[in-house]
Amino acid sequence: MKTLEVSVVTPDGPVLEDNFEMVVCKAENGEIGILPQHIPLVTPLDIGEVRLKSGNDTKFVAVNGGFLEVRPDKVTILAQSAEKAEDIDVARAEQAKKRAEDRLQSKQDHIDFQRAELSLKRAMNRLRVAQR
Amino acid sequence: MNSLASLRDIKQRIDSTEKTKHITKAMEMVSASKMSKAEENARSFVPYSEKLQEVVAHIAAHSDATHPMLQKRDVKKTGYVIVTSDRGLAGAYNSNILRTFHQTVEKRHTSKDEYTIIAIGRIGYEFCKKRDLPVVKSILGLADQPNFADIKKLASETVQMYTDEEIDELVIFYNHYVSAISQVVTTKTLLPITDIEAGETGSVESQYEYEPSEETILKTLLPQYAESLIYGALLDGKASEHAARMTAMKNATDNAEELIDDLTLAYNRARQAGITQEITEIIGGVAALE
Repeated sequence: MKTLEVSVVTPDGPVLEDNFEMVVCKAENGEIGILPQHIPLVTPLDIGEVRLKSGNDTKFVAVNGGFLEVRPDKVTILAQSAEKAEDIDVARAEQAKKRAEDRLQSKQDHIDFQRAELSLKRAMNRLRVAQR
Repeated sequence: MNSLASLRDIKQRIDSTEKTKHITKAMEMVSASKMSKAEENARSFVPYSEKLQEVVAHIAAHSDATHPMLQKRDVKKTGYVIVTSDRGLAGAYNSNILRTFHQTVEKRHTSKDEYTIIAIGRIGYEFCKKRDLPVVKSILGLADQPNFADIKKLASETVQMYTDEEIDELVIFYNHYVSAISQVVTTKTLLPITDIEAGETGSVESQYEYEPSEETILKTLLPQYAESLIYGALLDGKASEHAARMTAMKNATDNAEELIDDLTLAYNRARQAGITQEITEIIGGVAALE
């Protein structure tokens, strides 16, 4: 089985670098699956989970936006933050979720609302990935 | 009795200098370890920024897609980001930046309406406040090893100011870390993004598919890129800060050592003089008795 070299990179350093058979992530237009020998591609990612498959094993990474860059033998995910499922701080994500919900409840101006919505989305994504 | 009193004085000064030396020595060692950590942080940021730059350069070079961040416009207002430390005792680290910054502002602007300041670090913030310069945003008390999350808000708001045309140009001042003993004040224009080299684009995968379109990608990619540049400058600045503090503390330790040597010499001389004087007095006394 052919494999792809996958690296997930954030400003605080690489999160993951390994070989996998398939990468599935959530692009802005829907889910996208990458197999080896994919055509070179660049696409923005939504806040969501990235599934990395090799054999019967699947790894999950929570990605907060960013980019996917695909080359025939290499996939790079550039995100402002990303965590492997096992590295997620569930307590912190719960707190962030609660904070965001509180802020959404108390109706403030537009920008704050958007920001709260985004952080709620990130927190929920982390929690979902952590439960995998 | 005079010599005894001055002996005690010198002894006291030696002791207090010795104590100061212990403190500066400890601070030197702390800064050294912080510096190597900061250096490591800066290094782990490199793959991210390089990759990002590569993709941006690629799109900029291979497509007609444009974006306000890539285009120069008439500068009515300039935003300045100044990266300083929160604490002093770092030698010329802060004063170098602030001097360069102040000179630039004096030279380029005649009125305070023409620019606005984003201050990272307490020293820079207080410098501007004291001179009544316009600070719009500031972040104080950053950790010694900052995360991207710590400055994400500031960075994205700053980039947003450019997008909203509140500012037409964004310039950053920081100390670039060359080595442990050398840091250079660096001035960089972050926005509009102009200095993107195409890099080695002759490679096989020279043509990417862009999903959904180049414009959409630039719209999300460029702010992310600009934010990463601010973070990169901050990491560089932090490494420089620790290096500058380490050097300053090393100098202080060396000076203390020199002072202790001088004082010890003076102490021994005074002791010797005291003894000589006592002997002379005894001999004088004996001579008088005979």
